[in-house]
Amino acid sequence: MTTELAADIVVIGSGAGGGAVAEALAPMVAQGVRVLVLEQGAKLEDHEFTGIEADMADALYEDGGGFLTADGTMTLAFGRLYGGSTVVYTGTSLVAPTRVIRKWSVPGLDYRDVERRSQKFMADNHVHYLPRVLVNENNKLFFNGCYKAGFKAEQFPLNLRGCRGSSLCNLGCPNAAKMGTHRVQLPNAERAGVEVVTRAEVLRLEERTALVRVHDKPPGTKGLPSTWAPGEYRIGARMIIACGGSIGTSALLLRSAVTAQLKGLGERFTCHPAHILVAEHDRDITNDVGHPKSYYLDRAEDEGYVLETCMYFPFITAKNMTGFGEEHSMLMRAFPRLQMILVLACDKAVPGNRITVDGNGKAVVHYTFTPEVVRSLVAATRTSARIFFAAGALRVHAPTADPPLIDRNGAYRLDDLVHEGNFQTGRISISAAHLMGGCAMGPEGVGVTDGRGRVYGVPWLRVADSSLFPDSLEINPYLTVMALADRVAETVREEWNS
Amino acid sequence: MQTSVLEAVRPTFRAVAHVVVPETRSLSAGGWTALEAAVERALAARPADVRNQLVTFLHLIEYLPMPRFGARFSSLRDDRATAVLRWLEHSKLLLIRRGVWGLRTLVMLGYYTQPEVQHALGYRAHPDGWTRRRRTGEHSIISPQHAAS
Repeated sequence: MTTELAADIVVIGSGAGGGAVAEALAPMVAQGVRVLVLEQGAKLEDHEFTGIEADMADALYEDGGGFLTADGTMTLAFGRLYGGSTVVYTGTSLVAPTRVIRKWSVPGLDYRDVERRSQKFMADNHVHYLPRVLVNENNKLFFNGCYKAGFKAEQFPLNLRGCRGSSLCNLGCPNAAKMGTHRVQLPNAERAGVEVVTRAEVLRLEERTALVRVHDKPPGTKGLPSTWAPGEYRIGARMIIACGGSIGTSALLLRSAVTAQLKGLGERFTCHPAHILVAEHDRDITNDVGHPKSYYLDRAEDEGYVLETCMYFPFITAKNMTGFGEEHSMLMRAFPRLQMILVLACDKAVPGNRITVDGNGKAVVHYTFTPEVVRSLVAATRTSARIFFAAGALRVHAPTADPPLIDRNGAYRLDDLVHEGNFQTGRISISAAHLMGGCAMGPEGVGVTDGRGRVYGVPWLRVADSSLFPDSLEINPYLTVMALADRVAETVREEWNS
Repeated sequence: MQTSVLEAVRPTFRAVAHVVVPETRSLSAGGWTALEAAVERALAARPADVRNQLVTFLHLIEYLPMPRFGARFSSLRDDRATAVLRWLEHSKLLLIRRGVWGLRTLVMLGYYTQPEVQHALGYRAHPDGWTRRRRTGEHSIISPQHAAS
């Protein structure tokens, strides 16, 4: 049996986009407008963030963090819970580069507007620089290594409040210190009367209608049960705002007959294909305590990559190193001596890299590594190795070297040892977060939406998430998602009142 | 209730695990139970065709060394088993490379998520972060004010 319901505005998703939209629309509730947020994942209670790797992955990530591209050569990580990916990122809060927004050439999208809104969210989310005394050695070695290798690392602004340095950001902060939408925007919205329904999977859209399945809480799993009874719902709405992220929103629109034929839908998918690089020092360093991501080196404009400090947990570290066997194990046994760098390539939207759905409506991401991306990853790996060695590392694990372990005495041969010929998909580990595109903004006839997230030809539907990006952002995207979502919500408010 | 995926291919899976993570050779019965339970949980969330592919791939690995070494994979000497797996890892066929990558990832999932293994590696991340290290005397410089920022 299907329950029929009505709302004025339905927001699908509760991550950076959905959270920002929910908060921005919350004042309308006082005017009698019913705003409903539907989140596919569960809401976790504070005590459920244990920081234990085996415990958290399934509760936080789509497919437990193991979502693979169609050919199985890259793992995509994105959150699926109350707060979306803002629960599982490290809180790095960067404003979009001017050059990127200008290059997007979206009519009506002005850089200063994106910047202004990003700064508002930086204030709301308590974004600040970590005091140097709280920066761990893993990060300091990166900073010093960059300096000695002739680069200038920059410090990340972070959205933390009461950080205790657990280093467990990517497993959801166990100390409620990360100011994601689950801590800031969603609670604000709920206090103002916005209803958030978790475990609510939107199956498809029909004309001004969302068809929803609310799931029961499976036994032995984390998270609160939904406030709605399990079952099927048909929710009529005057306005629907899709905020399910690049993959979620694209897949939803693709499996909905009312939107499936939209020109450009699912296309212009980009991400930041990444390697996790590790290097061994001759002594223990503080790597698994302290905020994991204090510094970055931005080479996006010049060489198509960004290096970021990082620290991952034993399984994720093991998985992301290339190969297996004794050498691999030896490096794992050196865990307390490991320094880590995350290498992110900045790809470009190209034909063929796109999102589709299979016969069951499940998202399928088609992705081919362009020669430019491979070149960027290899260049980034060489630079990282130089930074590691400059910081005093004994040996470096480079996925695009074969064998991957490079001793210090091989440092002068990096260009020979690390090269594109070793970029063999399926053998080396590549993962990506920062998933973008699929419902790109652009002029009518080119974009799926305009610069305010209005879907062309579907007046009751808006998009407000990273799927709007017409090309790679080249940095960590959450602030830009929030800024764009705020623009979308502002337009909805204005149109509603007029 | 879903049946075990590994049951039909356990000797091969364990032989692969020995090559992927040599420390698994010294795993106790309890350690193996924990490793395989984690793998089974991960596989249970995957589509049936993925589980079937894995079993087929393990069968392939088991019999592949017969022509060259005259023995099944699960009976090979360490160096030979390693050579077989490395050869497959570098296969010209993406499907085979992916298979090896998936298999080694499952073994690592089962092994490196075990709390006692993580402890043995020296992994010490803890929700109390700096406060815990201050208690051990490693970071006395951290003041409560800093920690609260």
